[in-house]
Amino acid sequence: MIAANVITDNLTAARAQMGVSLGWHIIVASLGVGFPLVILVAEWRALRRRDDAALRLARTWSRTAGVLFAVGAVSGTIISFEMGILWPGLLGTYGSVIGLPFALEGIAFFIEAIFIGIYLYGWDRLSPRLHLLSGIPVAIAGIASAFFIVTANAWMNDPQGFRLVAGKVVDPNPLAAMFNPATPAETIHLLLASFMVTGFVIGSVYAVAMLRGRRDRYHRLGFLIPFVLAAVSTPLQIGAGDFAARYVADRQPIKLAALEGVVHTERGAGEHIGGLVINGRLRGAIVIPHGLALLAYGDPNAIVKGLDSVPPDQRPPTNTVHVAFDLMVGAGFFLLGLSSWLAWTWRRTRALPRSPWFVRGAVLAGPAAAVAMEAGWVTTELGRQPWTVYGILRTDHAVSTAPGLFAGFYVLLAVYTVLTISTLYVLRRMGVANRSALPDAVALLAS
Amino acid sequence: MTAANAVLVLLWISITSYAVLAGADFGGGIWDLFSGSTSRGMRQRLRIAASIGPVWEANHVWIIFALVILWTGFPPVFAAIMSTLYIPLTLVAFGVIVRGSSFALRQAAPQLALKRAFGPGFAIASLVTPFFLGTVAGAMASGRVPPGIARGDTLLSWTGPTSLLGGVLAVAGCAYLAAVYLCVDARRDGEYDLVEVFRKRALIAGAVCALIALAGIDVLRLDAPRLYHGLLGNGLPILLASAALSSAALLLLWRRMFAFTRILSALAVVTVLWAWAVAQYPDLLVGSTTVAQAAAPAATLTALIIAVAIGSVFLVPSLALLFWMVRLPRTVDARQKVES
Repeated sequence: MIAANVITDNLTAARAQMGVSLGWHIIVASLGVGFPLVILVAEWRALRRRDDAALRLARTWSRTAGVLFAVGAVSGTIISFEMGILWPGLLGTYGSVIGLPFALEGIAFFIEAIFIGIYLYGWDRLSPRLHLLSGIPVAIAGIASAFFIVTANAWMNDPQGFRLVAGKVVDPNPLAAMFNPATPAETIHLLLASFMVTGFVIGSVYAVAMLRGRRDRYHRLGFLIPFVLAAVSTPLQIGAGDFAARYVADRQPIKLAALEGVVHTERGAGEHIGGLVINGRLRGAIVIPHGLALLAYGDPNAIVKGLDSVPPDQRPPTNTVHVAFDLMVGAGFFLLGLSSWLAWTWRRTRALPRSPWFVRGAVLAGPAAAVAMEAGWVTTELGRQPWTVYGILRTDHAVSTAPGLFAGFYVLLAVYTVLTISTLYVLRRMGVANRSALPDAVALLAS
Repeated sequence: MTAANAVLVLLWISITSYAVLAGADFGGGIWDLFSGSTSRGMRQRLRIAASIGPVWEANHVWIIFALVILWTGFPPVFAAIMSTLYIPLTLVAFGVIVRGSSFALRQAAPQLALKRAFGPGFAIASLVTPFFLGTVAGAMASGRVPPGIARGDTLLSWTGPTSLLGGVLAVAGCAYLAAVYLCVDARRDGEYDLVEVFRKRALIAGAVCALIALAGIDVLRLDAPRLYHGLLGNGLPILLASAALSSAALLLLWRRMFAFTRILSALAVVTVLWAWAVAQYPDLLVGSTTVAQAAAPAATLTALIIAVAIGSVFLVPSLALLFWMVRLPRTVDARQKVES
């Protein structure tokens, strides 16, 4: 028998390692989904309107994207290792049910990696038109691979497509598993989130430049192309978030209770903003009466299940989930405000808002989008606990029983710290080098 | 052929593709390590970077593909391997991260001093990663991975004689393949002095591989008897083919006839891996678990085969396009002038 303390230790170690790996990868992967679109818009504009600023942006961005794709590819690889190293109980039993979307993701990612090679190294090998075309599969495959991988996560929230007989999987139906009830809400939510992270993060970089007085056309365009993609995605995301919350209310009521900090089952529960559950009561929250019942079920007097409707060992870590959820929603509405500001000003003046407060807000938009992404991911992953596969497989039954998992976590922490610093430093040096090269390019054009 | 065997073939195609494509990318990193000082080794390092730059990310995907096929097609075997061999596999994963990101950051870094900072990470990780992958192969081949979750010894399972053999052979094989490919690439691009450098290295690495393989016969006889007998039985024709292919490749290199050396060398590695697979068949975990016992239910296997078949319709032409593009000459067009 495996000693209970090995499991507890391993559970902490494995969750920490998986959390760091995924939390890191989710940002880079989002950029991998959204960045190709941003670059293609710039390159298309460059070709279409003979726009040199757009061409310079496309080339600069493709170098940046090259670095991000590479670190994204390798930080994604370790996750496929960790699926077995840390959680052999998950795929060792359910691999036959939920393996298919991973295989499809593998194919999509393969196509993405191939065309990234063609796109990045094709700038001075292919004709301009062919080069633009070679970028399209990168964008499509990026979106497809994100879709496939999220269907697997959706299945963990809403496991379908198999029967269990004496602990063994029988009659697996991989398509039913992939297209489970959680799939539409989760995939749309994540894809829009990826566009937001990409657009707001790149936009932030150019907003910083604008704040420092570089408001020439190159920087304005570098701000506008990504920021508009994100700004268009934001209102759609608020809608998609509402759709996802209704799904959770319908299929995972205990997760909803954790999201909102609903301790006791309640008729016509209010919407809770902020607050913490202390000694079995939500304290310090702003309550909008009947708000939650109305939002989640469309009925101000609907019954909302509380955490106390299940035994304590089946409740998620409520405060973390509730705070993370509010953080995500708060960041989302901040970004909605900023997007609306741009839309409103643009409609009237066909120009960026002149207020420095808009630019300052835009500087914060990138970090806010990244925080929303991380918080949303914490919400869905911790909200599902203590289950790895909702209602079927507990996380402490999925974890590896091998001794010494903690060492892996410490090494991972060290490697990722160095990786983060190195990546940011090189990207920064690239930006500086790019800027100092600009006067030469201008001189060359003029001559 | 049963669906399970078909999936096993897909798995093995992925693993062999990883070995001959990504293996050579690791080998490039190994030669980077031995290229000498910054100024003296500059041209070799540039040659290596130019050869692996456009293709390494695509080549790297084969390992992910192999893992996914394993956990979908043979879930309990995946769980057994990953949990018992988690130490070398974790080191492989870190090696992959350090190698890939160091290479990409070195390529992107605008100053030489900054580039130099990433050189060691790229080169050392390129040496270490295939070694640990080889120890995993050795653990599998010598039957040190029992079924179940983490039932094997987490230290002894991958440090036995066959694992060490596998590790050393993997490193030497990667170095050999890389030297051959780099030799051919240098010749295509008219870098004739580098052709000689890499030809010499290919011959040395090839000879080292042959010596390790010969020594390996005894190691397998003593440490992995089931595999040894399989190699002398069903695996023998393929093993002999491998010996013939590698001898032919080395002879052509020696005579400076470079035309078929790349394909012959790759096939020599492919045949070693297929000889292993045939010799071990039908066991996935030696002595305990067969292909049929570990296979997922038919519905899953069929879905997986259909998915890969549909995927191949897109993948094969895409790969062909990539390898075609790499060989195109670089043209300095007006677009580049704006920048440089």
